[in-house]
Amino acid sequence: MFKQLPNDQLEMVDILLNGEKIQVPLGTNVAAMTLSQGQRYTRTTSLSGSKRAPFCMMGVCYECLMVIDGIANQRSCVTYVKQGMQIETQQGVGSLPEGAHHE
Amino acid sequence: MNTDVLIIGAGLMGSSIALQLAMRGCKCAVIDKASPGRHASGANAGGLRLLNRDPAEIPLSLEAAKMWHEIESLVDSDCDSRFTGQLRVAENKSDMAKLEERASMVRAMGYQHEEIIGKKELYQLVPALAPHCVGGLLCRQDGYGRPYHAVTAFRRKAESLGVTFQSATEAYTIEQEGKDWKVKTSQGTFNSSIVVNCAGAWSGKIAGMLNESVPLTPKALMLMVTERLPHFVDPVMGAASRKLSFKQMQNGTLIIGGALVAKLDFKKEKTDLDWNQLAESAKTVLHFFPQLQEVRIVRAWAGIEAYMPDNLPVISASQKANNFYHAFGFSAHGFQLSPVIGRIMSQLILDGHSELPIEPFHINRF
Amino acid sequence: MNDHYQLLIIGGGPAGLAAATTASGQGISCALLDEQPAPGGQIYRSIESVPDTRAQTLGTEYLRGKTLAAAFRESDVEYYPETRVWSLNNGREIGITHKSQSKIITADQILVASGAIERPMPFSGWTLPGVMQAGAGQILFKAAGVIPSDGVVLAGSGPLLLLLAWQYLQLGVDIKVILDVTPLSNHLFALPKLPRALLAHHYLTKGLVYQRDLSRAGVKTKIGASNLQAAGDDLLKSVNYRHLGREHTIETDLLLTHFGVIPHIWLTQSAGCKHQWDNSQQCWRPRHDEWGNTSIEGILVAGDGAGINGARSAEHAGRIAGLQALFELGILTESERNKQAKNDQKWMKADRHIRPFLEAYFAIPQSMLATTDNETIICRCEEITAGQIREAVETGHGGSNDVKYITRCGMGACQGRQCANSVAHIVADAGGEAVSESSHYRGRPPVAPLTLKQLASLTKENRQ
Repeated sequence: MFKQLPNDQLEMVDILLNGEKIQVPLGTNVAAMTLSQGQRYTRTTSLSGSKRAPFCMMGVCYECLMVIDGIANQRSCVTYVKQGMQIETQQGVGSLPEGAHHE
Repeated sequence: MNTDVLIIGAGLMGSSIALQLAMRGCKCAVIDKASPGRHASGANAGGLRLLNRDPAEIPLSLEAAKMWHEIESLVDSDCDSRFTGQLRVAENKSDMAKLEERASMVRAMGYQHEEIIGKKELYQLVPALAPHCVGGLLCRQDGYGRPYHAVTAFRRKAESLGVTFQSATEAYTIEQEGKDWKVKTSQGTFNSSIVVNCAGAWSGKIAGMLNESVPLTPKALMLMVTERLPHFVDPVMGAASRKLSFKQMQNGTLIIGGALVAKLDFKKEKTDLDWNQLAESAKTVLHFFPQLQEVRIVRAWAGIEAYMPDNLPVISASQKANNFYHAFGFSAHGFQLSPVIGRIMSQLILDGHSELPIEPFHINRF
Repeated sequence: MNDHYQLLIIGGGPAGLAAATTASGQGISCALLDEQPAPGGQIYRSIESVPDTRAQTLGTEYLRGKTLAAAFRESDVEYYPETRVWSLNNGREIGITHKSQSKIITADQILVASGAIERPMPFSGWTLPGVMQAGAGQILFKAAGVIPSDGVVLAGSGPLLLLLAWQYLQLGVDIKVILDVTPLSNHLFALPKLPRALLAHHYLTKGLVYQRDLSRAGVKTKIGASNLQAAGDDLLKSVNYRHLGREHTIETDLLLTHFGVIPHIWLTQSAGCKHQWDNSQQCWRPRHDEWGNTSIEGILVAGDGAGINGARSAEHAGRIAGLQALFELGILTESERNKQAKNDQKWMKADRHIRPFLEAYFAIPQSMLATTDNETIICRCEEITAGQIREAVETGHGGSNDVKYITRCGMGACQGRQCANSVAHIVADAGGEAVSESSHYRGRPPVAPLTLKQLASLTKENRQ
């Protein structure tokens, strides 16, 4: 669907996209990076389970929500890749971090 | 327009009263200066709470709870109600003592609905709760509903029995001519044998038209709602010694309140959220559920509600004129009472008295 | 960051940057807050970091942003990028989050330069992955050098569609077809406005050049296409449309649509500024005077957030609003303000000649604004269809807000940004409240993402 034009001026970083280690230019927004990696969708809805992908790319539509570094519901179009970032497709409402444990 | 009973205010109380009167064959009209459920009735947190009621309200609230459990038979809709219980959490010994005192007071009155639970049961009930709590006070038959759905269900059922609802109809003057009432509004004059004032925060103004003064204070109560989350808590949560009211709705969103008051320009009907208070509220939520840190708030708002100095409603005939009735001032805990208020008012109007004890709510107490 | 500023500017697009540069060197405390990591707004996104080759494709109009950003960088205005403004009230208190720390700050004068969003236009299948807004396509290229790899169908109406097509052409992207849904009747309605538009003919000339280049390159444009549908089970597979009385299907995994832009009014709306329905631009915008003053004292608007006039006008409006703020702060006298604003006002007036023509030419037909296809999803977040909205109106929920309460339409994560316009039109079409000043969803902060932790950081104990 999309490809990223080569640009050797940019520093590359390692990230994990759905568990796969890839190299991408530092500072690319996560949505653009995900699309250019051939991923066609970034989340499924919690209601019908249908697939959704980035729509506006400017932070207003909330369709590009992904799980970034373990936190669900992050707008991938206004989040920028950093070394070691872990990015996952979001399923429905995502999950909450574990609560504190008690005896 | 001519009608038997004219109800001013198309909120939950007005709709519920109209429904009960219509069920007994009365011709009713309901007018509202805005639209049905525009303020407190539509904008409240939807708590169905018998827990921690003022003793005077317990008989009414118990009857209302029964009605809520069978609400579909009354209004053909479950109003999205769920009965997951309401819980007040104790964080330490003194909290627990406070809750135990309350429980024994309720028991001494002959009621069994509020029960003390220990730490083990607390965490069985709410495993996601932060580990420092020690117990709680629980009312299992409590829960929550969706306020605007309830207003709509009551209205539609009443309409099906012939009640007319008219929006954008503001009452300007109320005069008695002979036995009948003449209510001049922004949409013409209504003639009615009986008038009921359930205009919420504007009830004081309506009572004022009869020169019946009431110490009503309009207040704007703030709520916030989060994005949809995975299911993690069942009961509606309160705390023994912190301002907290918190529930996860069926759809996964979290509604956070707790009697937080916004700035209000009553004349302009403008509310201004107080973020510092909402921040305290967010902090309290995180104190009990630290795993919610990254959860996003989608909306915050404030609904305009009528408060009485003793936080008890006015449910009575007028002291100033015959064939005029009041049901207002529910002081932010009217949602649960709404079905029973309809029944009480219909009895008061048609039979001259109610089966339930409503003396404590008489307008003459002020 | 201070607790109080004399002037606060919200938004780092052309209006905000120009206002900040105007306010620089005047001895006032002034800050500019912006959600993005660098100046430019959406129109000049990534202007400071874009590689030269990419910048050339984007053209001289885009490069103009470089000068603006550079002047802003030289100004003495405090700059807070990556800062979210989630609340504004009529007491000029602003709720913000910067580096995970929230704060309430106040200002004597506040300029909201919130820019525009693309007009969301529901049609069958518009939620499928592979359907995006044309502006999104452009941002992908500006910000990341990402372009379509297997061809693209462009559809909709408005100048951006043509511009994007032209840019893609330069990059060698396979443009399968351009579906221009502008009804042919619009050409007729726009005709009387053409003479005035000729006064700003450079816009028209540019459009003609793009069209010529595209047609020379063999790109097909279907003028007057209708019944646009995106099809596919769970991902976009094809686009269906009607043209000259015949149904067509074209296979594609990417459809970029454009239906014009509308002001991003969520902040001014939640502040309680008075808004009006602009019939010509088919959108709501804050009421404001020629200096940018809204109905609330000390709150100003400039740029596309005040009404759509484009990037060049935004720059001038930003300067004018900046001068107005300086006047209100007692830095400039009335005559100094008037004198300094003269050129900008003249420029804006000239630039506006094109607008009535463009607005009439690209007006979205009523049949699209209020779709009668009951299956089409209107609220993308809560997956509410046009049929559910119409049903709500029929059962006595006569306004957008009532429909919202009963259906949850507009209650999702985007807070109604994607459906407010459509819901108001469908409600009106179904016999409810007419599209008017009051038929927009009521403003409900926070209007930018705010987490419980970020809100809790406002409390005394958590303040850093």
